[in-house]
Amino acid sequence: MLSIKNLHASIDGKEILKGLSLDVKAGEVHAIMGPNGSGKSTLASVLAGREDYEVTEGEVTLDGVNLLEMAPEDRAREGVFLAFQYPIEIPGVSNINFLKTAVNEIRAYKGLPPMEAKEFLQRVKEKQKLVEFDAKLANRSLNEGFSGGEKKRNEIFQLAMLEPKLSILDETDSGLDIDALRIVANGVNTLRSQNNAFVVITHYQRLLDYIVPDYVHVLYKGKIVRSGTKELALELEEKGYDWLKQSVDAAENATI
Amino acid sequence: MRKGMVLVGSNGVKKPRLKQGRGMSANNDEILKELAVEEYKYGFTTDIEMDIAKVGLSEETVRFISAKKGEPEWLLEWRLKAFRHFQKMQLPQWQNFKHPDVDFQSISYYAAPKAKPQVDSLEDVDPELLETFAKLGIPLNEQKVLAGVVAVDAVFDSVSVKTTFREKLKEQGVIFCSFGEAVKEHPELVKQYLGTVVPQTDNIYAALNAAVFSDGSFVYIPKGVHCPMELSTYFRINAQNTGQFERTLIVADEGAYVSYLEGCTAPMRDENQLHAAVVELIAMENAEIKYSTVQNWYPGDKDGKGGIYNFVTKRGICKGNNSKISWTQVETGSSITWKYPSVILKGDNSVGEFYSVALTRNHQIADTGTKMFHIGKNTRSKIISKGISAGVSQNSYRGMVQIGKGADKARNFTQCDSLLIGDRCGAHTFPYIEAKNKSAMLEHEATTSKIGEDQIFYLNQRGIDPEKAVGLIVNGYAKEVLNQLPMEFAVEAQKLLSISLEGSVG
Ligand SMILES: Nc1ncnc2c1ncn2[C@@H]1O[C@H](COP(=O)(O)OP(=O)(O)O)[C@@H](O)[C@H]1O
Ligand SMILES: [Mg+2]
Repeated sequence: MLSIKNLHASIDGKEILKGLSLDVKAGEVHAIMGPNGSGKSTLASVLAGREDYEVTEGEVTLDGVNLLEMAPEDRAREGVFLAFQYPIEIPGVSNINFLKTAVNEIRAYKGLPPMEAKEFLQRVKEKQKLVEFDAKLANRSLNEGFSGGEKKRNEIFQLAMLEPKLSILDETDSGLDIDALRIVANGVNTLRSQNNAFVVITHYQRLLDYIVPDYVHVLYKGKIVRSGTKELALELEEKGYDWLKQSVDAAENATI
Repeated sequence: MRKGMVLVGSNGVKKPRLKQGRGMSANNDEILKELAVEEYKYGFTTDIEMDIAKVGLSEETVRFISAKKGEPEWLLEWRLKAFRHFQKMQLPQWQNFKHPDVDFQSISYYAAPKAKPQVDSLEDVDPELLETFAKLGIPLNEQKVLAGVVAVDAVFDSVSVKTTFREKLKEQGVIFCSFGEAVKEHPELVKQYLGTVVPQTDNIYAALNAAVFSDGSFVYIPKGVHCPMELSTYFRINAQNTGQFERTLIVADEGAYVSYLEGCTAPMRDENQLHAAVVELIAMENAEIKYSTVQNWYPGDKDGKGGIYNFVTKRGICKGNNSKISWTQVETGSSITWKYPSVILKGDNSVGEFYSVALTRNHQIADTGTKMFHIGKNTRSKIISKGISAGVSQNSYRGMVQIGKGADKARNFTQCDSLLIGDRCGAHTFPYIEAKNKSAMLEHEATTSKIGEDQIFYLNQRGIDPEKAVGLIVNGYAKEVLNQLPMEFAVEAQKLLSISLEGSVG
């Protein structure tokens, strides 16, 4: 589904991603871990098409479609969804109205007519239940005055509503208490299917107890320095990142 | 701010039309067409074969206009008094923009309704304007009128809808007619109230209007009557050339209620660059007047060429106890918008409200706000102003809250927010407070924000393109004001805000 080859990206002339490759197949969940500042959010932003980042090398395709040349909204319409690490507040814009616009824009891209109001509300109800999202929040202004946890849960609600192919969750677990974490994880687990894929960015292995990944990758200094299965996450939990950092840094020094 | 200086703007108001709930259904069209013919038959519109007054302004011009309208002597005198005063007045200096060169002697003050086409065909019209028409879904024949391709009387006149509701209003004793008609049929009412809120001497443009006003609307709601429908001058076609100097007078007698809508979402062209309207509202005891405006006069092109100067004086008085006046305005048009819809809170416990969205882009200028004069006890006022600036436009909020000696326990809440799009525009706020009573409670909140790239990106990431994203953000920002508009108007205003900002981002 998603194929990233030798991706280099920089911001303000500073290279952050330095030759990152990753393959994600339909039905898979990949976890990306790594210390602060290693480039996890950068990867998410580059995939979503944030303009501040410049891609200097490499390629990214989604089901064979070249994402890098597309505007952010077109990537979204192609099925890329980013659950933001820091969701944005948009005062006065109702959550529902926003979602309706989003759903219909995506449909228009696919040549479909706008969704009937009744069908839309039906879907809202169904998805609210699925991800245990408070109906009161759905009717409020988009993230305005939401707590950190509520914002994260709204991301998952939106994900459920938009039914993307590829979902990237950027530290959706941070700032969630254990109950909220379980709810978010349940939501993701019910949304998982053979037709979609998830890239779950996280700091802690805790989330991976709930969302069990097929693969775990460690990102450090803009590259994937180690890949493995769920066991890798457990190993990291136990030993921390230092042993990995040291071996990478040592290798780097050796080549200089 | 100079005392008594209030300038306000007119809209696409020509002649009154009534509007009820949703628009008309298709099969109404036939009836309307018939009615249109009827109206001409009954002389509902003023004489079609009118002359054009000689260019220039003198006592003779004033006499000419008054005679053409067949006015009584007292009204001519009233006009002349205004004119003589006008001659002695100077252009104001306090506004936050350079006053454009207006040569009062080069204007024709009485244009015939058969205005000459300004351009030969739609192909000669600014393509951007045409695009906007298309987006608003305006029929081709109306587009031609709006763009000044054909004279208005060549097209079916939508004003005619009026008669449909006239009977219904008559039953309740509501008077809703053109100003000229009111002068003829209800002279005692006009005489009693005309100029009592905005005197002829109020400011130079109010004086000019008083001297040369061509027509406008008159509304009287009798005691205890809740006007059964929204009264509206809203229609797309500039049926008569009264847009330049029009005059509106609305009186709600004791316990009466009326909601009045003015304006038009379609961008209106007019060969008259200077518009100076006057609106007076009078609310007696326990009465309520709600006045809503959507202003979208031609703003000029990208480089600021052309465009209407919209200098308007709007003021209401809460004359009786427990009365209420509420102004709501959505200002997106005109090259310069200069107006301060105000309320004199004379009656005890009376309430004044001002809700405003002013959007400026390209080279547009808006200097708008309100004045609340608290005179009675326990009077309350609320001001919600939302400025949106894009391009190289300048957007100023100017507001005055005055608490008189006797206004015990008066309260005001003011919130004025500015939203900036890009970094070449300007947003300014000039709040003035004069409190002569220590028991007054005044609250003022102000914010300035920018549409964040983060916000736009967030919406993009959900499949919404940048223009739609800005539309959503701006409408969210203006929601508190838009909510005050009657439903149908609100929907149109939302669309208008989004469309107005197209091309302003990225
Ligand atoms: N706007 C920016 N300008 C310069 N450097 C930035 C900018 N944004 C992020 N970075 C840098 O990029 C690196 C990766 O950041 P990020 O992708 O947020 O890491 P992570 O999500 O893994 O914590 C960090 O060193 C950070 O300081
Ligand atoms: Mg991060």
